[in-house]
Amino acid sequence: MDPDTALAARLAADLDAAFEPLVAAHRDRLYSIALRLLGDSRDAEEVAQDALVRAHRAMAGYDAERIRALRLRPWLAAIVVNLSRNRRRRRDDLRPPLQLEPLLETGLDPGGPSPAMGPHDRAARRETIRALAAALLSLPPGPRAAVILRHVDGLSVAETAAALDRPEGTVKAQVSRGLARLRLHLSEDPDLGPSRRELTA
Amino acid sequence: MTSRTRTAAAPPIDIDLEAALAMLAEPAPAALGPSALIAVGLADAYAELPSPLGSIFVAWNARGVSWVDRAIDREAFEARFAAQIGRPLHRARAVPPWLARAIGARLAGDRRAKVKLDLRGRTEFETAVLTKALEIPRGEVRPYGWIAAEIGRPRAVRAVGTALAHNPVPLVVPCHRVVRSDGTIGQYSLGGPAAKRTVLAAEGLDPIAMEAGARAGIRFLGSDTTHIVCLPTCHNAKRITARHRVPFRSLAAATGAGFRACRDCRPASGGVAVAA
Repeated sequence: MDPDTALAARLAADLDAAFEPLVAAHRDRLYSIALRLLGDSRDAEEVAQDALVRAHRAMAGYDAERIRALRLRPWLAAIVVNLSRNRRRRRDDLRPPLQLEPLLETGLDPGGPSPAMGPHDRAARRETIRALAAALLSLPPGPRAAVILRHVDGLSVAETAAALDRPEGTVKAQVSRGLARLRLHLSEDPDLGPSRRELTA
Repeated sequence: MTSRTRTAAAPPIDIDLEAALAMLAEPAPAALGPSALIAVGLADAYAELPSPLGSIFVAWNARGVSWVDRAIDREAFEARFAAQIGRPLHRARAVPPWLARAIGARLAGDRRAKVKLDLRGRTEFETAVLTKALEIPRGEVRPYGWIAAEIGRPRAVRAVGTALAHNPVPLVVPCHRVVRSDGTIGQYSLGGPAAKRTVLAAEGLDPIAMEAGARAGIRFLGSDTTHIVCLPTCHNAKRITARHRVPFRSLAAATGAGFRACRDCRPASGGVAVAA
């Protein structure tokens, strides 16, 4: 069974008991989506946390059947996209994020550079990520969200369409338009070194 | 290498923009998961806070303050929380300002200061007892029987004592302001009668004088000018000057002498089970 289907079934049976596993399974991707939509790690952390809280609140109001039928990946992504869209940086932040003592868990960075990488490769990789992240932020909101869900988060076209509440044809067009603009933008990035050829070629 | 990069005129072969985009996934900050769980009340944070009893530990989640304890160290606090509450517990650098302010205002006697409390797991009776104790003003005390009468369970005096002994949020819910019906200080979960005297003294009450009055059999104080009778620590009783102060051993004696009960401290509720 798809892990999310199993998770939805557990949430339907006991929301509070299964919520911690949901957080563990989805926090990285929700944070990544928010980070690439917004470009700011602190905003992304708040949006991802808020999304999880809203998901909990929403499910608390659903009956078991409706929770079991949830497609968690696109559903949670949709909450993050909507919160990111409405995000306005609060000037007077009365409740800054809770500062927990470091680090409760130091899990390995699954997307990080492999230990086999040399320092040169690592620097190139960092530069690629920086340039790509900047290029993404230059995209209009529609294509940006489509490219992020489809290729950063790895949703299918159908899931991306569900998360963005757009027809699949629109999503496909936005993704390809977004990728084309990314290539164009990267080809103009003055700081992008050797990896430019690979990305824009 | 450099020259090759410079001269690359972007031949139109599609390599790995899509694969490169997948590298943009980042692990969430370590605090995100715990913070989300704290924000839905499935985990708690804790930190130290100053109090009249020295540093205390305060645990909270989005529903409110969940546990207050005067533990010797973090390990002891965490062990007690695990045994009593059992939710995941995370140490925070400090109590957040909005909560520290609210607790500070409460300890300073501002009864309008709203401190949200997470009393999940308490019975309806325990919740009623703790909520009633929140009404007792700083610098005053009420007998256990007063709480019992006020919540409509006048015979449940011992149960009130038990509920207060298991107060999960002492100081915030001022169970130290509840004393035995004979006026002696009674027990206190945060370190026994001595600690209770310390907290009451810090709130401006003179526990020695209070207990001396109780030993002398004084349960109520009236004013011969207003003919109003109060519990001895009521703010209205404190305003009676010595020459107008009339002590009573029972409310019956006071009402018999033509005194009526104070509407603030409602001494009728405290008059239960008094052997004058």
